[in-house]
Parts: sequence; structure tokens; C-alpha cells
Amino acid sequence: MWRIRFIPDQTKFPFLKWRKGFFVLSALLIIASAVLLGGKGLDFGIDFSGGVLIEIETKTATDLPQIRSILGNLELGDIALQKFGEETHALIRIEKQDAGGQAQQEIIARVKQALTVYPESISYRRTESVGPKVGDELIQAGIIAIIVAVALMLAYIWFRFELPFAIGAIIALIHDIALTLGMLSLTGFEVNLASVAAVLLIIGYSMNDTVVVYDRVRENLRKYKSMSLIELLNQSVNETLSRTVITSGTTLLALLALFIFGGEVIRGFSFTMIWGVIAGTYSSVFVAGALLLYVKPQRGNKSKSDSKYANAERLQADADLQMSDFLSKQNTSGSSLENTMSKEEINPEIKRTGGKRSSNKKNRRKRRNRRKD
Amino acid sequence: MLKVKPWQLVTVILVCIAGLLFMVPNFFDREILNSKYPSWLPSQQVSLGLDLQGGSHLLLQVELDGLVQEKMQKLVSEVRRELRKEKIRYTKLSAADNSVTFKVTNKTNLLKLDTVLSAILSDHNIDKSENGLVKIMFTDEAVRKLQNSALSQSIEIIRRRIDETGVREPTIQRQGDDRVIVQLPGIDDPERMKELIGKTARLTFHLVDHSATDEDIRNRNISPGTKLLPLERDSSESDNSQPSLEMIAVRKRAELSGESLEDAQATFQDNQPVVSFRFDTAGGRKFGKITKENVNKSFAIVLDGKVISAPNINEPILGGSGIISGNFSVQSADELAILLRAGALPAPMKVLEERTVGPGLGADSIRAGTIACIIGLVAVIIFMFIYYGLFGLVADIALVLNLVIIIGLLSLLQATLTLPGIAGIVLTIGMAVDSNVLIFERIREEYKTGRTPFSSMEAGYKQAFRTILDSNLTTLIAAVILYLIGTGPVKGFAVTLGLGIITSMFTAMIVSRYILVAWLRYRRPSKLPL
Repeated sequence: MWRIRFIPDQTKFPFLKWRKGFFVLSALLIIASAVLLGGKGLDFGIDFSGGVLIEIETKTATDLPQIRSILGNLELGDIALQKFGEETHALIRIEKQDAGGQAQQEIIARVKQALTVYPESISYRRTESVGPKVGDELIQAGIIAIIVAVALMLAYIWFRFELPFAIGAIIALIHDIALTLGMLSLTGFEVNLASVAAVLLIIGYSMNDTVVVYDRVRENLRKYKSMSLIELLNQSVNETLSRTVITSGTTLLALLALFIFGGEVIRGFSFTMIWGVIAGTYSSVFVAGALLLYVKPQRGNKSKSDSKYANAERLQADADLQMSDFLSKQNTSGSSLENTMSKEEINPEIKRTGGKRSSNKKNRRKRRNRRKD
Repeated sequence: MLKVKPWQLVTVILVCIAGLLFMVPNFFDREILNSKYPSWLPSQQVSLGLDLQGGSHLLLQVELDGLVQEKMQKLVSEVRRELRKEKIRYTKLSAADNSVTFKVTNKTNLLKLDTVLSAILSDHNIDKSENGLVKIMFTDEAVRKLQNSALSQSIEIIRRRIDETGVREPTIQRQGDDRVIVQLPGIDDPERMKELIGKTARLTFHLVDHSATDEDIRNRNISPGTKLLPLERDSSESDNSQPSLEMIAVRKRAELSGESLEDAQATFQDNQPVVSFRFDTAGGRKFGKITKENVNKSFAIVLDGKVISAPNINEPILGGSGIISGNFSVQSADELAILLRAGALPAPMKVLEERTVGPGLGADSIRAGTIACIIGLVAVIIFMFIYYGLFGLVADIALVLNLVIIIGLLSLLQATLTLPGIAGIVLTIGMAVDSNVLIFERIREEYKTGRTPFSSMEAGYKQAFRTILDSNLTTLIAAVILYLIGTGPVKGFAVTLGLGIITSMFTAMIVSRYILVAWLRYRRPSKLPL
């Protein structure tokens, strides 16, 4: 069947050889993010800073200067006014009132009252008011959520893998969060509750990608006992390259659809996610694997899920025998070049392992039976 | 891994059918579902969040701090009464924020205090010092009980007020120690509702102190048993004009309160909107007695510290019912009637947070979300087909089934779908095929080591399982945390994302496998088209 594979099957990029370059790049990006965060900072929406947000819709293009002059008379402090998505939509943002949420309620009433002067009838698409106290609580909840998420990820990876993997994954994770925050600062997208959701999801997704690479590293560590660590890591990253890129690719496709068509309200959210997924993929391929070189995962039989692996190995050996059995039957019909080639590539490690012949006989019998009918 | 037992196959098919049945009602109008749709089929639809259907979300805080203070104020007069009755001399009797203090002149009376005050003190600590100073405070437990009951009472009264307005399916929930969340679907201009909910609506009836002249009132020269209250002008004007400065001197003691009311209705008198009310039996008797004793005096009707009217008592009113004629509009008369029927809030309330979405934005969000969903779905389907061919097609079937089951589950669980929730679904579309990608890549890898199609599939699914579990669980952890800390729309995101992860594991690992096994058995290919 007709297919296009954009990614070659056997890549042999010397990722690990380039690692210093990528470390420098990542370090520069993180420093740039830190500088941006320290200098420009984040544009906190009313969810966190408190205040009033009103989205209005007018019949024809909104006359911002007129609205500005109407609201200017109210002396409400800092008012931000901007077009929102469409010509007829505008966003009014009024900074928090120290007097609290109830004072903001009065402001909403006053703004609506004042805007009756506007020549066209205005419809209110959205009215949000977050009191200063609630804003502080939401910031706190957001920070706690992110810390708890990172801690749980660490615990999970530690439990499923080993400590060195967890350390590598957490560094990659912090890298991704830093880059995401830097990008948010650079683009000036509003940071709100949805941004926290996006960051949490990036944490999950970044782990997701890193786990795919680390899973392969763990597997290869058992498979190739004498291979040098650097070579092994490089091979693992290359082996998982296509799946890392494709999984991120499908997610990006969906996110792009969301970014372009999902409407103005969640544009910031989808942008954050898109950037986070890109950063996560980059760090999984170029950073996470290379980090293991420095934290040195254990090799040999001490690993936690050894028994599981032994099972997998047995299965593989079993399947292997099935295969040779199958191939011998197929030989007459002419097996493909690819098959014979790859047969030689079978890992000697696996060949050495004894399979359960008895069960295999059964399988063979079954197969024969099936072929008869 | 590739063996499929009949019961497994049946279970999987049943799950898919159930998903389909629960999803389908979402494509019909509510009316068709109620009339023509077979009644034995599930007919729940996904319930839309306020950001999609339009509506108002309010976070209110009940101001419990004043509650204790108010009780202490009351306690002062009770203590005074008891002490006088027992002829115990005291000085400096006063109420602070959370205590009542006084000093007994004769220290021997300290010993008698407990018995003297036992009638009025039940949940209090009495703190007596050597020099005769006495401090009465609520026990911590009493404060908690007081606040707790005030909060539940507030919720009950808010519920009654909202029900009176006929808002459909409001949600009123307690949050934390002193907060209430109110959700009002379909309300896009909540100003009126906020006013209705936020008004304490404490109605009291006071006799007007006629001994105070206009001059006295201007100079604030009034007797101790009297207080000055502002006269409420036309309520519709009070928003922008200066608050009325006209004051009325009324007796501090309330003769009657709104608690004695049995019913209140908005009605008309001389073509003016008025509110008629009726007292309960005891209240009516008292009302009759007062009006009989005070003919030709004025009786002030006070709402939340403002006099709404102070009519003259022309004759005794014995029927236990009367009329409040302030400067009402039809709407404000209606509101007052609602407030009086529902009762007074035990404590004032403040709006901490408001999120109101108009129907226009809600509809736009649904439209944009649906378009993003469809385009994302089509893009991923095409991509998978181009990249993996036949296998991609199988992943696509699994993906569509995944979407069906998510929507079915959302309908079944009656979880709330929000705009971020739609984003979660779109994201799930992108992430659901990830599992299939991992599996297919693994199968390719196994196949290239020289295995048969059958055994590479077997190994591919088995080997990829652990990776998929690990990587999905990390995302699931993130979703669970989001659910726990998130509010409103963000919670909706966590729900769809979490459900999506679970269903995608089902469809990508089980459904796709069954389809591929069936294909493998049927075609017995010598080469894998992967």
C-alpha cells in the first residue's frame, strides 16, 4: 500500500557527539528565558492579578478611542483596551481594586451604565471579575499544582525506572517549563488559569516523550551489556527518533487546528501547548538522552524490573523460534531480501537465550493445523 | 497477546456499542429526544459548562466576622437585664468584637455570677479576674457552630431566592468555610441576580420617635433609645444620584421583624406598585396590639438599615396583614416580595469572583471548538493513513471510536463540557494515536529483525505496552492534579483529558489489536505493509 515515510528507518545521527552544542543551546535558551522573565515578566491576566475583564461586541467595528474617552471619565485607574479577534470585539481590562471584589462589582455596573452613551448598542460577551484575594489564592493553587506535578513525576519515574533516569527526566522537565515560561514572556500572551493547565500538560507530555526514550535506553542497557554508554544512548535516541517525532507531530497537528480554528479565548492556551510540545520533543531527543551520560544509570542485573524483562526476553526467543520455523516453511516461496538480511542482524544475545521448546511445539502444531484449513 | 477469547471480543464490542448509543443523543434536539426518540435508549446529552451555554458563575463570601459581634451586641442587653434583676451593680458593660466585658462593683458578687447568668449563657466561657473584671466569650465550638449554621442557612435562602426567579437548573454549592458558588445557566446579565442574592433583606418595624424635631435630627441631638436612619428614595435612581440625606428618627428597638412574615406579594394600590405582606399568627397579634396602642403615630418599615416607608397608623390593623408602599417600580416591588418570602440572610454577602459569558460568545466557542475538533481529527486521520497505510487506517478507526466513547462517557457521567474541555478532546485526538504510533514503530522494528508478520505483531504490542503505560500514566497524573486543583472550565479540561487518556489506551491497544488480528487471520500476509 502507498505510504510516505518522512523519517528514514535507520538514522545514525551522532546526537551524543553533538551534545555539548545542544547543552550550550539549551543553556542559552534557559538564560534568555530567565532574563525575559526577570525583565519583561509575564502578563498576568485577571485570574491571577485580580481585576475586571469585559468583552464587548458592537454592531460595526468598535470605536476604541470613543470607548476609551467614555471610560476615561469614570476614573477607574488603569484601563487596558484592545481589539479581540474580530473588528467588532473589544476587551476592556480594569486593574484590581484594593477595596476588594465587591468594589469591582460596582465598577462593572458603572462601566455598563457609562457605555450606554455609546452610539450603538453594546452586547456583553463576557464579564469576569476576580477579587484580589481570590487572585492570590489562584496563584498559590497554580504554583502548588505545578510543584506537586513535578514531584509526582519524579516519584513515578523513580519507581518505574531508577533514580538516574528520574534526575535526567526532571532536568529535561525543568528545561521545558523554563522555555515555555520564557516564550510566554516573549510573546506577551496572557497568563491565566488555562496557562497553568497548559504548563501541567506540558509537564505530562514532556515526561511522556522522555519516557519513550528512557524506556528504550533501559531496554538496551540489558540487551547490550558491553556497549559503551555513549554509543548505547546514541543508538537508543536514534531508534526512538521516528516515534518521538511522529507522536509529537500528530499532537502538534491537533494543536495547530485548535490554535487556528479554536477561537480567540483559547489561542493563548493552544500556543503555549504548541511551544511546550516542541520544547518537550527537542529536550527528549537532544537533551534527555545525553543527560544520562552524566548521571550514569546502573547496568547489569540489579535493575528493578529485571524479572519483567526476563519474561520479555523469553517471549522474544519464543517468537524467534516461531519465526525461523516460519521462515523455513516460507523459504520455497522465496523470502524477501529484507528478511534474509535482517535475519543476520538478529541480536546474538537473544539467540543464546533458551526458549521453551515444549510450548513452542504446541504452537507449531497449531500453526500447521491452521494452515490446513 | 494476539489470542482473542470470545468473551473479550464480546466485551469490547459491547463497550463500543454502548459508547455509540450514549453519544448519539447529542446529535438530536432536546425536543426530538423527548418525543420521537425511543425511550429505552439512553437520551442524556453532554451538559455544557457556563462558558459554552452562557451563564453566570458567582463566588460569594458570607461575612461571618460580623456574626459574633452582632451576637455580643445582643448579649450586652441580656446581661444588663439579668444583672439588674439580681441587683448586682456593675460598671463598664460593653461589647467588643468577640466578647462582652464588665466590672462588678462588689467582688463577692463574682461567685453568684455563674448562676445568675446561666439562663442566658450556654455556649460561653466566663472569665473572671480578681479585680472584678468579667469577660464573656463564645467557646470555639460555639463560634464554629454559629458560622456553620449561618453558612448553610445562607445557602438555603439563596436557593429560595433563585428558585423564586425561575432560573433553570441553578447550582448552589458550599465552598470552604465561608464561601458559596452560585451558577446560573442562561443568565448573561447577572446585575439583577447579584442584587437579589446579595441583599441581606433584613426587614424590621420600628416606631418613629416623634419627639425628635427636624432641628434635632439635623444636629443629631436624639435620645439614647432612638437612632437615625436614612430614608430610601426611589430605588431606581439611587444608582447614580447622591444617596438620600433625609433621616428619620426611629426607636432602636424593633417591634417586629421579617421573621414573623408568612407571605409577601407584589401588587398594586392606586396604580402604584406596592408589596403586601401577611404576618403569622403571633406576629399578627403583636402587630394588632402595636397599631392599636400607637394610632396616629408613624411606623417605620426598615430594610437593611434604610427606611423604605414610614406610614401613619390611621387605625388599628387587626388582620395581621399590611402594605408597604415605598417608591417602587414594578420590578423592585417584585424583588422585595421575593426577598421577604425567602427570608433574610443571617450575614451580609460579598461577590468575590464573577464570570459571566453571554450566549454569543458561548455559541462562538462551541462552533470554533467543533471546527477545531473536526479539522484536527481529519488532519490526524490523513496523516496516519499517509504514514502507515493500512495500519494507519486501523489506528484511524480506533481514533474515531475513541472520540465516540469519550463523548458517550461524557454523556453517561453527565460531566460538564467546557471550552478547555473541548481543547482537551482535540488534544486527545492528537495524543490518542500516539499509542498506535508506538506500537506500529515497535512492530516495524521487530519485523525488520526478521520476524514473521504474526510474531512481530505479537512482540510489537507486548513490548510497546509498557512504554505506553508509562507515558500515558505521566499525563494522567497531570490530569488528576488539574482536576483536584482546577475550578470550573479548567476542571472540564482535566475531565476530558483524563477520560481521553483512558479511552485511548482502550481503543489503541485493544480495539486496534483486534482489528489487526482479524485482518492477519483473514489475509495471512507474508509481508507486513508497514
